[in-house]
Amino acid sequence: MAKIKTTAQVFRQEKISDGIYSMWLSFQEQENIASEAVPGQFLSLYSKDGSRLLPRPISICEIDREERRIRIVYRIAGKGTEEFSALTEGENIDVMGPLGNGFTIQDGTALLIGGGIGIPPMLELAKVLSDAGKQVKVVLGYRDSDLFLKEEFEPYAEIYVSTEDGSVGTKGNVIDAIIAHAVHADTIYACGPLPMLRGVKAFAVENKIPAELSMEEKMACGIGACLACVCQSGEKDAHSNVCNKRVCKDGPVFDALEIEI
Amino acid sequence: MGSERNLSVDFAGILMKNPVTTASGTFGSGAEYDEFVDLNQLGAVTTKGVASVPWEGNPTPRICETYGGMLNAIGLQNPGIDLFVKRDIPFLKQYDTNIIVNVCGKTPEEYIEVVERLAEEDIALLEINISCPNVKAGGIAFGQDPKLVEQITRRIKEKARQPVMMKLSPNVTDITEMARAAEAGGADAVSLINTLTGMKIDINKRTFALANKTGGMSGPAVKPVAVRMVYQTAHAVKIPVLGMGGISNAEDALEFLMAGATMVAVGTANFHNPMATIDVIKGVEAFMKENGVKDIKELIGCVG
Ligand SMILES: Cc1cc2nc3c(=O)[nH]c(=O)nc-3n(C[C@H](O)[C@H](O)[C@H](O)COP(=O)(O)OP(=O)(O)OC[C@H]3O[C@@H](n4cnc5c(N)ncnc54)[C@H](O)[C@@H]3O)c2cc1C
Ligand SMILES: Cc1cc2nc3c(=O)[nH]c(=O)nc-3n(C[C@H](O)[C@H](O)[C@H](O)COP(=O)(O)O)c2cc1C
Ligand code: FES
Repeated sequence: MAKIKTTAQVFRQEKISDGIYSMWLSFQEQENIASEAVPGQFLSLYSKDGSRLLPRPISICEIDREERRIRIVYRIAGKGTEEFSALTEGENIDVMGPLGNGFTIQDGTALLIGGGIGIPPMLELAKVLSDAGKQVKVVLGYRDSDLFLKEEFEPYAEIYVSTEDGSVGTKGNVIDAIIAHAVHADTIYACGPLPMLRGVKAFAVENKIPAELSMEEKMACGIGACLACVCQSGEKDAHSNVCNKRVCKDGPVFDALEIEI
Repeated sequence: MGSERNLSVDFAGILMKNPVTTASGTFGSGAEYDEFVDLNQLGAVTTKGVASVPWEGNPTPRICETYGGMLNAIGLQNPGIDLFVKRDIPFLKQYDTNIIVNVCGKTPEEYIEVVERLAEEDIALLEINISCPNVKAGGIAFGQDPKLVEQITRRIKEKARQPVMMKLSPNVTDITEMARAAEAGGADAVSLINTLTGMKIDINKRTFALANKTGGMSGPAVKPVAVRMVYQTAHAVKIPVLGMGGISNAEDALEFLMAGATMVAVGTANFHNPMATIDVIKGVEAFMKENGVKDIKELIGCVG
């Protein structure tokens, strides 16, 4: 009996871009959610409206262990996230976490790739890697010139940008930017929409670079019990005994070679 | 605490310390919820459906939220009976609770294989999920035809070493007909309701919210339907009823008990509140205290 679902307090909430919000959550003294969290893990956030039962999984964007705070950055995608965006300082929200496995810290240089709302979890990872003395390169894929969070990476990493409309950086996707700037690294970390992750996997395999990909799937329990959130694995998974892994428990971060996407 | 209140029930000859278990498929085999809940406090743990061989389940998305509930089409993904017996039963045996094993299959032979594999295992009860698609009968569920219900119950009873509980599907015209068929086949108990078949359309993508198109509806939104069916069933058969469908708190559980269920299961509510089972037990005990009820049996079937 180690885990809990708890009530966090909104420490700060701001709109950082069109439809995108940044929220710092504070946890009570006796709760170790912030002290245990690592980059790549997520929180389950719960609605106050009883008609919306299921948790909303949101990645951890930053961790402040001393102040026992966690930051999330999220896009309004529906009723649940809309409700969260209306919360103001001092209000409460039910949270479970930290959930999932997180990224692993590897030797050598790191290439972090974030696409759209997959960018937030890369921030804490960039910070941790940079603090560990690694050379960090970040490729951020945006739709247009609305480059949310970009400047926050500046203290930790060398930054490359791609935009779909070509307004900033390389026109196209993150892979186009990597090729345009001949970005090299020893390990790739990526989070973003599935087509982007497929592209990253293909690039990583072709260039024989190990890659860790953060996956997304609809969740019900968020802790590995219900088998809602599976993704296909190349080999039989030890827990499920079939070629399925649970994104919430075995992931959300997977070695690119272990999953079929 | 409350030692003067008796929450224990006799369910199909098994003593349960309280009438609360988990609904199959919502609690795994307990290992994940063990981090939130003291499993020793539960009357029983009901495990996810297990088949004779591992099943891959359906493509994703497997679930979606609906107003006050959800749809699921997990497709009964399970690791197969061999790994289940090796890993999940020993895990649960560490706790002072009863084990109810939920069994699924696509043919009567597949169910029987699982039941026979469980013969020597120290488990309290078998719960037979007859909502699985019956391959032999062209994919219609076993649980939708009273003749099939009686037949499969009888065949399982011939082989089973533990009491047999048939889990009834609510997707039928008259659930009492299925309950009577199970009783006629020799069932020791029935459990209900399984999920109600539903559908959700994603209007932005102009497609189905679930890859499987349809899914089983569960959660608070189904509760009135479930209470009605439990009430009808409890009056139609003599064997005990395990009631479920939308139970998230003690008030909900008490409705089922008063409608005639001897035990209740907490399912979808675990996803919203991982401590829901314990909250239900504590709440029922508090209700008994407030209302001067010494024995839970005073409440079971107390209406109508
Ligand atoms: C591991 C993980 C990390 C995530 N991290 C972030 C993040 O950092 N920032 C961010 O903006 N979004 C993130 N998402 C997506 C986020 O969970 C959804 O946008 C959110 O759940 C939508 O909820 P809603 O009520 O606003 O939308 P609705 O569409 O009304 O939600 C209905 C149901 O579908 C589920 N759902 C809808 N979209 C998704 C989705 N893309 N993934 C999983 N479940 C979904 C909801 O949880 C809810 O149960 C993450 C998803 C996962 C799986
Ligand atoms: C994700 C999920 C998986 C389920 N898996 C099973 C299963 O394997 N076998 C079974 O008999 N019922 C299964 N059920 C049905 C539940 O056990 C229960 O009958 C139903 O959900 C109604 O109860 P609830 O509203 O409390 O969830 C499942 C339900 C859900 C939501
Ligand atoms: S959401 Fe239940 S197993 Fe992942």
